[in-house]
Amino acid sequence: MRGWFLPLAVLFGFIFLYAPIVSLVVFSFNESRLVTVWGGFSTRWYGELLRDRQILSSAWVSLQVAFWSANLAVIVGTLGAFVLTRFGKFFGRLLLTGMITAPLVMPEVITGLSLLLLFVSMELTLGWPAGRGLTTIIIAHTTFCAAFVAVIAQSRLRSMDESLEEAARDLGAGPVRVFFDVTLPVIAPALVAGWLLAFTLSLDDLVIASFVSGPGASTLPMVIFSKVRLGVSPDVNALATIIIGFVLVAVIIAGWLMRRAAKRDIG
Amino acid sequence: MDGRVIAAESKPWQNPSAQPFISLRGVTKRFGNFTAVSEVDLDIYRSELFCLLGESGCGKSTLLRMLAGFELPTTGSIRIDGEDMARVPPDRRPTNMMFQSYALFPHMTVEKNVAYGLLREGLKKSQAYERARDMLRMVKLEKLARRKPDQLSGGQRQRVALARSLVKHPKLLLLDEPLGALDKKLREETQFELIKIQETLGVTFIVVTHDQDEAMTLATRIGVMKDGVIEQIGEPREIYETPRSRFVADFIGTVNLFGGKVDVAAPDMMRLDLHELGPVLVPPQTGLTHGQTIWGAVRPERFSLSRARPENTQNAWEGVVEEMGYIGHMSQYRIRLANGVLIRVSQSNRLRDEDPISWDENVWVSFNPAAFRVLTE
Amino acid sequence: MNWRRALVIGIPMVWLGVFFLAPFFVLGRISLAEAIIARPPFTPLFERAPDGTLEIIASLENYRFLIEDALYRNAYLSSIRVALVSTIFALLIGYPIAYYIARAPEPKRSILLLMVILPFWTSFLLRVYAWMGFLRSNGVINNALISLGIIDAPLRMMQTDFAVYIGIVYTYLPFMILPLYANLTKLDGALLEAASDLGASPMVTFFTITLPLSLPGIVAGSMLVFIPAIGEYVIPALLGGPDTLMIGRVLWDEFFSSRDWPVASAVAIVMLFLVVAPIMWLQSIQNRREID
Repeated sequence: MRGWFLPLAVLFGFIFLYAPIVSLVVFSFNESRLVTVWGGFSTRWYGELLRDRQILSSAWVSLQVAFWSANLAVIVGTLGAFVLTRFGKFFGRLLLTGMITAPLVMPEVITGLSLLLLFVSMELTLGWPAGRGLTTIIIAHTTFCAAFVAVIAQSRLRSMDESLEEAARDLGAGPVRVFFDVTLPVIAPALVAGWLLAFTLSLDDLVIASFVSGPGASTLPMVIFSKVRLGVSPDVNALATIIIGFVLVAVIIAGWLMRRAAKRDIG
Repeated sequence: MDGRVIAAESKPWQNPSAQPFISLRGVTKRFGNFTAVSEVDLDIYRSELFCLLGESGCGKSTLLRMLAGFELPTTGSIRIDGEDMARVPPDRRPTNMMFQSYALFPHMTVEKNVAYGLLREGLKKSQAYERARDMLRMVKLEKLARRKPDQLSGGQRQRVALARSLVKHPKLLLLDEPLGALDKKLREETQFELIKIQETLGVTFIVVTHDQDEAMTLATRIGVMKDGVIEQIGEPREIYETPRSRFVADFIGTVNLFGGKVDVAAPDMMRLDLHELGPVLVPPQTGLTHGQTIWGAVRPERFSLSRARPENTQNAWEGVVEEMGYIGHMSQYRIRLANGVLIRVSQSNRLRDEDPISWDENVWVSFNPAAFRVLTE
Repeated sequence: MNWRRALVIGIPMVWLGVFFLAPFFVLGRISLAEAIIARPPFTPLFERAPDGTLEIIASLENYRFLIEDALYRNAYLSSIRVALVSTIFALLIGYPIAYYIARAPEPKRSILLLMVILPFWTSFLLRVYAWMGFLRSNGVINNALISLGIIDAPLRMMQTDFAVYIGIVYTYLPFMILPLYANLTKLDGALLEAASDLGASPMVTFFTITLPLSLPGIVAGSMLVFIPAIGEYVIPALLGGPDTLMIGRVLWDEFFSSRDWPVASAVAIVMLFLVVAPIMWLQSIQNRREID
């Protein structure tokens, strides 16, 4: 795999990955309504985007859902991972292992449909949740995001030196104290990564949210999907550009923070 | 060993009426079908430095973890200072442990690590940090109190771990391969430092190690473990000079092992018939009968080499120097006897011969009968 | 067993039990019901008979319908085909990239790796949308090809299976590259040197050493692409044509367009047993092998 073949294949691969994104950004500054024909530079679509109440309110819904889902998913996922890596044998261990990994391979349409049917049945028999909206989306997202958090937390808990926890125990800390004094700080970076992943997954989800949301609680992907289904529209390009900009800034800040932390450790 | 002379009356294990400080009775630990520790009885006395010695997987670490409370014995009882430990969780035991990986909390500074145990005792912050600082002074690390563990060298980390495990003045300190991660030179220095600290504080130490030199240097007594069983307990000298079994003889140092039978077992003389050496005369020993299968062990340094046949002994054989290795303070030889048997011999180089014995020379190998250890297991 | 331990086990157990496991029982139960025009739009499982006893109303009618109608069978088969073809393409494109990154020197390696992961953090929906602008008959590719004089009339790329393959490969490429990369970085460079020292050409070295050793990475990456591709809805809905049958899309339409909840449930149940169960079974075997 030496010579010209490999670099060429890699170049092609990266063009494949980035060309659509670049064109998305370029055409967001296009004057013309035709997304693929250049009609001169303009920022009019950004203006239209900011006046679009539907997009703005659904963006707010999505952010709320993502924030709470990520929080809850970290709690459920971390507890699940902790139980599976530290509690040895207990009744229902196999069941929990299955339930915590299965959402990873479960097609979204099945998760979405089955959860909706659960919510409908619960409403009929228990009277809760009354209707569907923010709460049901948060519950659904928490459930599938918890699986991803659990995978990350589990691998960190496995690689962590268990004698750290034993040492704290040995020095007189009870089990709860050990968890908060030692386990949690040590796995914290993994949990931050898990939180970010859960947040992103929740922001990104269209299928599950479409099933379990109700009137008045449309998430951003749901609104984009209904727009895009009818064909390309330049204000979606503008939205995409803003999101890409956010991600870039976040990555640059994260990279800078990590480099600074690395430098401080050496110095 | 200087500085480490233990007078006869300070060897409580020789005094049948002495009260053991730690006592294990019939301690067994099974993991599923695997028996890690099997029926161990062990008494350890106050201020001892006891070494558990064995290869990895022999159960020594499991035994240590049962003392610390991380594992519970499947059967049997553990008492520390008269108190039964069965229902005492690790955080309430009067023991502390120094972990093989040191297990320093990576997110806390050195002084926080050391003060951690004191804070759990309910000590005031200022007091805890003061005592932590004192402890760090003792291990000569007071200047690094504000550093994080990953900014320390291996030797410094080892000392932080030691300080952290000692700061609560435990009745018993458990050390799991305390010097295992250090390089050879540092390890030797630290061995003596460890002994000094142990003597100053008077804390009882139990050290787990796979390194026999380390065990020999540190220990008041050694327990040699194999397959979950303690094969022999004794002072280092006892273990080395009078091993009880072939395993112990072979495991501690190098040894020449021979197999054979008892030929004559009279009260005034004993003759053995060995497969490798033929008839051998040894000092009489009780409990042996004619025809009994035995093994014999002779340490390499207990053999003598000479160019002429030694006069005052019958236990002498002729052979050729097949291999020779010079390692400074001594030389090691492999002598091939006429019947093909290889004998390992080592000679001190304290007296530098003008003309040392070398390759392919014809030599006589002999030993003093007292050097011959008869084993029945 | 004390109450604290029970609480810690209980939280994830109850959450997942109620919101992950229980829904499948509801799904199974509704798949046995009949669609009616009411709220909720399906018949109840129990009905009080005139004499006061409870009667169970359940029928396998929906499942018979699935078997008899060729649409569903074709949808299952074509989902597997689409997922398989996309996985192979993703492997062919992803492998050289993963190999190149794994062999790159340090600062370059981190940057390339970041560039592979970066698109994942932007919206999935918008990345699929980007291809709509690319593949349309007056899209970027067609415009470029026409202005270069390579073609006269625009190629029809949107609303084809080809567009679906592109969409899936594009979206899931990072999932192929990352496990491959993780595997290939562990490959000891001395092995390659040993092979060439023993007379193997770079090509032979690759096929006899690198490729067999990277098999676990290939399997892991392929699973990560194949599994989500099978149930994919958004990509066939946006890029595929009306004849692009995929089971996720069929289920969606059954639910949202036909409003037939019981049939949608039956589709989901069959999907669960035909597609998800074998995958989970395969994964558990793989896990067990890893533990051994």
